[in-house]
Amino acid sequence: MSELESGLRLVGITKQFGPFIANNSISLTVPTGCIHGLLGENGAGKSTLMNILSGLYQPDEGKIFLDKKPIDIKTPADAIKHGIGMIHQHFMLVPQLTVVENIVLGSADSLRLNIKAQAKEITQLGKDYGLEVPPLARVGDLPVGIQQRVEILKVLYRQARILILDEPTAVLTPAEITAFLQVLRRLAARACTIIFISHKLDEVMAVCDEVTVLRQGNVVATRAIAQTNRTELARLMVDRSVEINTRPIPQSAGKVILNLKNVWANAAAISAQSKTHAILALRGLSLQVRAGEIVGIAGVDGNGQRELADAIAGLIPIQKGTIEIGSEAAAQQPIAYIPEDRQQQGLILSFSIAHNLILKAFSKLPFCRRWILQRAEIAAHAKSAIQTFDIRAASAQLKAGQLSGGNQQKVILARELAGEPGVIIAMQPTRGLDIGAIAAVQQSLLAQRSRGAAILYISTELEDVMAMSDRLAVIYRGQLVDILEASSATLEQVGALMVGSTEIKESLATAEKLETGVSPEVKALETNSSATKGKGERL
Amino acid sequence: MSSIDFLTDFLSACLRLTVPLAFAAIGGLLSERSGVLNIGLEGLILTGAFASAAVAFSTQQVWLAIAIACCAGALMGWIHAYLCVSLNVNQLVSGLAINLTAAGLTTYGARLLFNTGTVALPPLSSLPIPVLQHLPILGVFFQQDLLFYLLLLLLPASTYGLFHTQWGLSLRAVGNAPKAADTAGVSVARIRYVSVILCGALCGLAGAYLALVHVQFFAENMSAGKGFIALAALIFGRWHPVTTTLACLLFGATEALQLRIQAFGLNIPYQLLAMLPYITALFALAGLAGKATPPAALGLPYAKEKR
Repeated sequence: MSELESGLRLVGITKQFGPFIANNSISLTVPTGCIHGLLGENGAGKSTLMNILSGLYQPDEGKIFLDKKPIDIKTPADAIKHGIGMIHQHFMLVPQLTVVENIVLGSADSLRLNIKAQAKEITQLGKDYGLEVPPLARVGDLPVGIQQRVEILKVLYRQARILILDEPTAVLTPAEITAFLQVLRRLAARACTIIFISHKLDEVMAVCDEVTVLRQGNVVATRAIAQTNRTELARLMVDRSVEINTRPIPQSAGKVILNLKNVWANAAAISAQSKTHAILALRGLSLQVRAGEIVGIAGVDGNGQRELADAIAGLIPIQKGTIEIGSEAAAQQPIAYIPEDRQQQGLILSFSIAHNLILKAFSKLPFCRRWILQRAEIAAHAKSAIQTFDIRAASAQLKAGQLSGGNQQKVILARELAGEPGVIIAMQPTRGLDIGAIAAVQQSLLAQRSRGAAILYISTELEDVMAMSDRLAVIYRGQLVDILEASSATLEQVGALMVGSTEIKESLATAEKLETGVSPEVKALETNSSATKGKGERL
Repeated sequence: MSSIDFLTDFLSACLRLTVPLAFAAIGGLLSERSGVLNIGLEGLILTGAFASAAVAFSTQQVWLAIAIACCAGALMGWIHAYLCVSLNVNQLVSGLAINLTAAGLTTYGARLLFNTGTVALPPLSSLPIPVLQHLPILGVFFQQDLLFYLLLLLLPASTYGLFHTQWGLSLRAVGNAPKAADTAGVSVARIRYVSVILCGALCGLAGAYLALVHVQFFAENMSAGKGFIALAALIFGRWHPVTTTLACLLFGATEALQLRIQAFGLNIPYQLLAMLPYITALFALAGLAGKATPPAALGLPYAKEKR
């Protein structure tokens, strides 16, 4: 591997942000036509390294070689000139512009745009690679899967030979992921060099030729995919044993705590990113969640999940139907809401951890007495929460914005679960977190379940939601198409329901299914056996 | 006065009042489309007005005066760009500073230079177009000066530039999603500098028109809120050159109308009438609330190595 004929080589790349070393003398070699995986937890330094390659950051030390020649990447324009194209985790698209405009942006060879000719060329390019896009649509109106195609076409249009993909599948459905991995293979076959950043082991195993594992800014290991396996990679990534699927035997589910009957609701506030969400809402949705059970909601993003969560939390009004929340649960804090966007909705980033922890109770005793905040009480509360939830922070006075994603999520959990809530709505609680943090989040939710909370677990990551749920409801266009026993459901079955390929059953049938329910003992057995089976298959 | 005469007179007043607004508004539009908020239009106009007046007064060269006004505006624009783009100063504060500085400097300069009181300046002669200038009513469009015709050229040029060239695409991208533009290889800083300097130059022209064509003398703070009206016009015109110019025409017409009403000698306090254009602007914007979407990155400085 040391004698590299053509391809990309990084030598001793170091990058510091203040006292924090994001990349510590990283070396990496990727031959042409190879798909190289870059694995690591959040904060391991993957994104920093790639931002250096794409010219957004400057390395403090180290060299980059392309086909044996040292190259200097000072700006993104330099990177493009050298044929390095980056597909960012957060799309670098201008939502207000059309697909064509986004693709030709910055690739100036003439003053005139000539949109029509460009649109033709882009359509052809898309056909060649199996990445078809509507060239004249506004990017902000397109679903994320298509937006990603635009991102890829953008770099292909610039004749990039080295493609860097940062967590490209995070936003895709299972079907889209399969197609996407095929596209990657096709690109590699055409002598594109691909760096595939991910923390999803399955995808790395499926598509990469080689993989490099990063941990805390250092290269831990480089392996050929053929000579490694999931377990080894997981161990290399986190360097601590991670417990996966340690779900306890369910106790018998209790009374119905959360009861939704024929709920209709308009769309929640239009998200800045995409207006397509505004069209979809809830259309006659019925669901019951019992004490001590987790009901998972699976579905492709934008099928009404946000509205469902917001409607239960009382953030948006419902048009028709009823939402009942069990009286026994209606103690001090009936509902805990773990919102989808922890930075926008879940936290006030510029506030300290301590203040974020009391956002729901700051006006009450003991935190506030005669309109004056009680510092000592707040500090003590923060200290105990930081210990209980293992929030990794030097001080409770640290701003929430300075924490990593996993620790931010733990702050939210600490706040929301504090009042022993009867109903917990968890919306994408593990999105973007590393394995360690995911386990922590899942453990605290499971603990709430044993306490007897009714939990609604909404996630677009199918494996995640299947692993956590007792029952699994599939949402499609604002309706529940089916409710399955999580233990007996298969990925393929749920995947098919998610994209609406099965006839939508009548709501009556759904309701019936809810009423019958399987006896808890049987369910427990099934859950357990299938969990171990699933684990075995994956290994 | 016959009604035709009145109409002709009214229309020509409309145009006279619209031209400086439109120059400033199109300039502001370029700046804002690139993501740099520019409430300094007022100060930029004033700078242009003073520079042109000073040069015209001392050299009697009208065209030189216009060129210098353009440069002075561009220079002030460069200062705004330097503060906002290179130093990441809050764009509101920077714009405000430009307004205050321009007001102070021009007042000081005017007292030094025109110490004899108001001085008549050499006029910019009009350039009537043969035949067409004799049309009834519409003829006023063809008896204007070169700056007016320049504005007419600027309209299609800026529209084409914004929507059909790489430069315009980069400008719109930078104003909406600077990071995306940066990763696509567009230099955010360069685009913003160019737009803000162009904005300054156009405001300089607006000022020159005001001083040399409209009133032909320099008065302290003679821009009298025109920069803010232009700002309102570009929002009302939704950041599009054509609609923005039409919005300017609306505000210009309101101003012309209130001047006419004053002349009729109705029993209304003139202060109330003088408010008319501003009130129109207020209502226009209130009616538009929530409908106009400004460039997404407007007013946000773009720092490269942000984490």
